[in-house]
Amino acid sequence: MLELAIRGSKKYYGWMLFLLSIIGVGFFFYLKQLDFGLGITGMSRDVSWGFYIAQFTFLVGVAAGGVMVVLPYYLHDYKVYGRVTILGEFLAIAAVVMCLLFIVIDLGQPMRVFNVPLYPSPNSVLFWDFIVLNGYLFLNLIVGWNVLEAERNNVHYQAWVKPFIYLSIPWAISIHTVTAYLYAGLPGRGFWLTAILAPRFLSSAFASGPALLILLCLIIRKTTNFDPGREAIQTLAKTVAYAICLNVFFFLCEIFTVFYSQIPEHMDHFKYLFTGLHGHGAYVPWMWASLALMLLGIILLVNPITRKNEGVLAVACVVIFAGTWIDKGMGMISGGFVPNPLHEVTEYIPSVPELIISLAVWCVGFLVLSALYKIAVSVKEEVGT
Amino acid sequence: MSNRKGVIIGIVVFLAVVTFPFLYNRGKAAPAPEVELTEKAKAAKQCVRSTDYMQREHMKILDLWRHTVVRRGERIYVNPQGKEFNMSLSNTCLDCHSNKTEFCDRCHDYASVRPYCWDCHIDNPKESK
Amino acid sequence: MDSSRRQILKFFGISTLAMSTKPLLDAFAADPAAEGAESKETFLAGPEALKARQWAMVIDTREFHSLEDVEPLIEACHSIHNVPNLPIRRHEIKWIWETEYKHAFPMKGARFMAEELEHRPFLVLCNHCENPSCCRACPTQATFKRESDGIVLMDFHRCIGCRFCMAACPYGARSFNFRDPRPFIAETNKKFPTRAKGVVEKCNFCAERLAVGRLPACVEASEGKVTFGDLYDPDSPVRERIKTNYTIRRKQSLGTEPSIYYIV
Ligand code: SF4
Ligand code: SF4
Repeated sequence: MLELAIRGSKKYYGWMLFLLSIIGVGFFFYLKQLDFGLGITGMSRDVSWGFYIAQFTFLVGVAAGGVMVVLPYYLHDYKVYGRVTILGEFLAIAAVVMCLLFIVIDLGQPMRVFNVPLYPSPNSVLFWDFIVLNGYLFLNLIVGWNVLEAERNNVHYQAWVKPFIYLSIPWAISIHTVTAYLYAGLPGRGFWLTAILAPRFLSSAFASGPALLILLCLIIRKTTNFDPGREAIQTLAKTVAYAICLNVFFFLCEIFTVFYSQIPEHMDHFKYLFTGLHGHGAYVPWMWASLALMLLGIILLVNPITRKNEGVLAVACVVIFAGTWIDKGMGMISGGFVPNPLHEVTEYIPSVPELIISLAVWCVGFLVLSALYKIAVSVKEEVGT
Repeated sequence: MSNRKGVIIGIVVFLAVVTFPFLYNRGKAAPAPEVELTEKAKAAKQCVRSTDYMQREHMKILDLWRHTVVRRGERIYVNPQGKEFNMSLSNTCLDCHSNKTEFCDRCHDYASVRPYCWDCHIDNPKESK
Repeated sequence: MDSSRRQILKFFGISTLAMSTKPLLDAFAADPAAEGAESKETFLAGPEALKARQWAMVIDTREFHSLEDVEPLIEACHSIHNVPNLPIRRHEIKWIWETEYKHAFPMKGARFMAEELEHRPFLVLCNHCENPSCCRACPTQATFKRESDGIVLMDFHRCIGCRFCMAACPYGARSFNFRDPRPFIAETNKKFPTRAKGVVEKCNFCAERLAVGRLPACVEASEGKVTFGDLYDPDSPVRERIKTNYTIRRKQSLGTEPSIYYIV
């Protein structure tokens, strides 16, 4: 089936070339980073994780979000999702690829990344993250590929794939849970030290992942002869609606605990993000924007009239994707580091090379995604569903 | 296959490119480097282990040393003859082999290996500024 | 097709297994007995090495009044350990430094404290915690708690620079080499290595000096204001000081059990 990815229209090639050129620029900056060190980023002794790890965290969510189509289809035999399941799985693959890249580019000594499996350290959550992410990539490759190939050959997928499908469902939950545990188990980081972090991560994942999927479905319908189906999109929209409600609810739970208890170690991070602390508040407008976007998303999606209008739906999905992205891809990481353990404020502003490298990684993801979707759509067109 | 010609040309070009370095250097192997010993090293007669062993295994010994010093906190190496050494690249190895360029680098360059020892370890502790 | 798939699965299974047993195999390979007659080598700690179950430090902050009192200690440490002096604060590297009470002990201050205490310089450094969260987080055991004497150490050869340990340390004790530190070391101590870019570093309790029978550099430079010894030896100088003075530790409530005690 791979050949389907390299046979395409001029538009397809143009798009891929466009992505490749950005990747090229990003790669150039990455070489500079390799040469100089991570000092070319905006990270500091106090904010020692930045944009890269934040993107990683957000994208683990997008990857886990794929399970929102896999689960109803395979577990509840929800036939409507027959057309979009493969899209969910392939989105997960592309997202995990980006996650792994973001981890590697964040390392100070990337050549030594194999020290992780070489010196297995079950105490370390990062060690487990390494395992679950690679495992998830592997599972989705097996399942997605085999099911699609079977569909192309007009047969039912083989029986041995089934256990992998079932395994991939709890596995999807695990990748984002483990990612939340990276942060939630650290003493002295009051922002993350909360049991609701994993649920919060998952709810935002189940909103942002399917929201992106809806947008992709709409694009596919516009640009190809394959229609993922109005009903599938509408059901997905309901998933997004409730997930984003949950996400805001969990956030409010957090706010209540932190501000009713008035414990400064927990409160000061929120103050920094939402009102500014000791005169530093670079994130304040962003955080309020994020909240506003998520609330707007809720209004547009819970209301059936707006949800059923696909134009509005598309806007709502963009809004929610952006809202959750700011929340997790910007605030979640630097918010935890400010103020620092000595209660000093060092702000983190990503540097230009850092942003370009991040953009390039996103482009790698979209390159992988485009190739995979090209294959999937070609197969679907071939078998004429 | 319709484009058989193209495929064959492709294979030929590929082979030509891949084997080019070998063909180009045919018959003129670079001479194996000679390592130079300092007076001090000559006087000592034997390194921490036999010359033959050191030639083959020095990287493993260094790896073992660093592991033992850093992680077990034991700093004295007792060789099979019972002689004791302080396990330190900069302060023991380079004390004798103070001519890193003629001793270490020559072979490493020849073999095209780039150990990252010198990113951190000071290459010549005896050098006076 | 089916069988080739199985083969691939098998391959992955076996290689994962192989990877996870690699350290074990290494341990065997490093076992002198396995190498035959050639290698009857042994390792010793050295005759003068100082030993303890858990090294600890008591800092008598009452004896430090101004920056001039603390600077010699910081200088002693940073110069012998080749700690660079980076121009940009973001990239700063420090093993031991001074700060005010409210930063050393956030949330532990009284209101309307004596001015002297408020501005007294407090030395802070890695606490060589008995239950270190940094070591728990490290995915490669590049930072580890040495069994023999409780020092929390860095294996710079192994560190991948993920900085998980920095997020996990509740004391901000760790620094990262954001760039090659060498150009920023004023005078290199040729007896001690520098670090490469991309690894994390911090105070090592002068493990290299203890190994040859010398006390840590800062302790030596403090002229008695800082005491050093074995926390589990009832006759050690640190125990004496802890017994006869009221001491506090940084963020005791987090359960990391710091080994640096402060007399306030
Ligand atoms: S002070 Fe920080 S770096 Fe030092 S042992 Fe404790 S947790 Fe680890
Ligand atoms: S930065 Fe190095 S020492 Fe710290 S957790 Fe990562 S590998 Fe371990």
